Amino acid sequence: MIYQVSPIAIVIFLIFVASVLGLSFFFARKAKSASGYYAAGGQIHWAVNGIAFAGDYLSAASFLGICGMIAFYGYDGFLYSIGYLAGWVVALFVVAEPLKRMGKYTFADALDAKFNSRGIKLTAAISTLVVSIFYLIPQMVGAGALVTPLLGLPHWVGVLIVGSVVILIVATAGMTSTTYVQFIKGALLICFSLAIVIFLLNKGLKKTPNDDYHRFITLPVTVAGGTVTEVADGTYRIAGQHQEKGLTFVKLEKAGIPSWWKLTADESAPALEETLSIVVEKSGETLYNGAPKEARKFFQVGHLSKIVVDGKEVEATGPVGPFEYIKRIEDAEIVRFSKTAFSFRGEAVTLYHQTPTSGKEIMKPGLYYKLDKGSTFWSRLDFLSLMLALFLGTSALPHILIRYYTVPSQRAARKSTIVAIASIGFFYILTLYMGTGAMINGCLDVQDSNMSAPLLAKTFGITLFSIISAIAFATILGTVSGLIVAASGAVAHDLMDKYLKIEMTEKAKVRAGRLAAVAVGIVAIVLGIIFEGQNVNFLVGLAFAIAASANLPAIFMLLFWKKTTARGIAWAISVGMVASLAIILLSPTMFEIYGLPPAQAPIPLRNPGIISIPLGFITLIAASLLTKKKRTQES
Amino acid sequence: MLHGPAVEIGKDESIPKKTRLGLIMFIIYMIVYAGFVFIGMTFPKAMGTQIILGLNLAFLYGMGLILLAGIMGLVYNHACTRYENKLNQGDQK
Repeated sequence: MIYQVSPIAIVIFLIFVASVLGLSFFFARKAKSASGYYAAGGQIHWAVNGIAFAGDYLSAASFLGICGMIAFYGYDGFLYSIGYLAGWVVALFVVAEPLKRMGKYTFADALDAKFNSRGIKLTAAISTLVVSIFYLIPQMVGAGALVTPLLGLPHWVGVLIVGSVVILIVATAGMTSTTYVQFIKGALLICFSLAIVIFLLNKGLKKTPNDDYHRFITLPVTVAGGTVTEVADGTYRIAGQHQEKGLTFVKLEKAGIPSWWKLTADESAPALEETLSIVVEKSGETLYNGAPKEARKFFQVGHLSKIVVDGKEVEATGPVGPFEYIKRIEDAEIVRFSKTAFSFRGEAVTLYHQTPTSGKEIMKPGLYYKLDKGSTFWSRLDFLSLMLALFLGTSALPHILIRYYTVPSQRAARKSTIVAIASIGFFYILTLYMGTGAMINGCLDVQDSNMSAPLLAKTFGITLFSIISAIAFATILGTVSGLIVAASGAVAHDLMDKYLKIEMTEKAKVRAGRLAAVAVGIVAIVLGIIFEGQNVNFLVGLAFAIAASANLPAIFMLLFWKKTTARGIAWAISVGMVASLAIILLSPTMFEIYGLPPAQAPIPLRNPGIISIPLGFITLIAASLLTKKKRTQES
Repeated sequence: MLHGPAVEIGKDESIPKKTRLGLIMFIIYMIVYAGFVFIGMTFPKAMGTQIILGLNLAFLYGMGLILLAGIMGLVYNHACTRYENKLNQGDQK
């Protein structure tokens, strides 16, 4: 997709980045000690910290990924909203206060508070580093996706800008700065998302999303023996036909311009439906709807084909309330765009064809995670695995855990979490509206689901688009800052200071943390460029699964099982981390990325949690019992 | 100096009660959440059943889970604050 760059978007973006940097430098003066750098001196107000939690948590995955997934797959994207929010219940009821009592600066500190074990220090630090880096990748990928329509820059430039700015922020300021940046950004994100939803409800549902929306045409044809033999419109010439996944696609030419069409299923009145096509020709040139990218013939899509009000079909509903909006979507028919790719006479053809889908199907689970039609035992298990990892992953994310140490008391930690639940929960409710809004308002970029929410904002004016894109960019800046603080804490504080026992002054510790932040930032930039085009939500799900498998068994059992030993914790972290990583690397999704048939994947699960989380718990129990016995025998 | 908490936490006599309450509320929420997952896995068609105001079970259950988290959070905080005030006699900030 080619986007038109707006000067106002650039100005607002630059103002935002300048403000974020200014704020960071202002608070940098407060970070003179290790306590100030890693935990903001433990003196952040609970309300500020609560919104900062939301700022940390509502990352690229939430704003860009979830809205995009809902826009492409309906309710299945909303499952992530439900699961991510439910995870906070575990954090509030089980983890928040005990961790606040036990910890100091990092997740490893909290785990090690009871045992003072080098094994725990090492494994917890590595786990923090791995989870943080896996969480950093989607943020960087999201940044790259955002700069294309916002500034007209290539993906890698976006990644580089975010990486550099964040390194500057974190290397100069630390946790105080990131907290206030997250607070402002979290609050703005929620306010402006609400604004989008208000605009959306005020507009209501319309069959023609806007005056510029592409009018899809249908060509009556003659079919003989499954082959299209003639097009009623004589200006088109049939140039070829291809069968793929039970569908028939026809290549036509008009005035020398090629186009691809899908044969309708209606045998009594056969016709060809227009598709969006990307064709890589033998010469290597890529054509978008039969023309080079610069010709801007590749348009945005997503519309309603049927709206029903009181049993009658209408063209538009007019303004609707939040419940009426959902009901109208359920009763409507929405045209989604399904992707089919194949080779045709040496050309690589990718088509996005119209798939009318009932609103009832869209507003319940099943379009992405197969639970009903076409479901298998493994697809249902995959759904269970996802919901388990989302539920248990939140309270095991290191960059969320370190935020408990920035407030002065257990009570403040608890109140912070409640503010976070309220604000994050409210935002997640908005995601369902923004996602479905993008689905029906002709703003989808079929190549990149991540841009659905910002592009929906664009339909309500360039100013709103610029502001929301700048906030999304700041969201990424903030989340990446928090992650880099957590990762640099793992390297400088847990590994260098506590595991390797390198003697350092307070000042040297802060310097080590900042150097580690620069190193982690550079790794994140490189990975962000390598993973271009990957699904942001999938990558975040990966981080959640690793966190839930490696960290949660250790935290949970340390708090609630007295027989837990240091070795049990170290083994559980190691096994949980390695198992979840191995299952992910052997999953059908990764096989697709490797270019291998997904059916050949040895483990037919996309989400590893259902195997790796119980494995982490079992390992901890077994290792604890074994090492306890050994110790008793020795004594 | 590296093994204590980042800030001094005063003695808290209410910990056992808060922990117990937290676990009970966690289990209640987990059961409600598990119910959502169970219906999705075993009776996926039921998720599309319209329940009230023309809204289906998937929407109402999903929104319900989000709202329930907030409501239970407020109840938990209220109860914990009461325990702390009662058992610590104003020790805690």
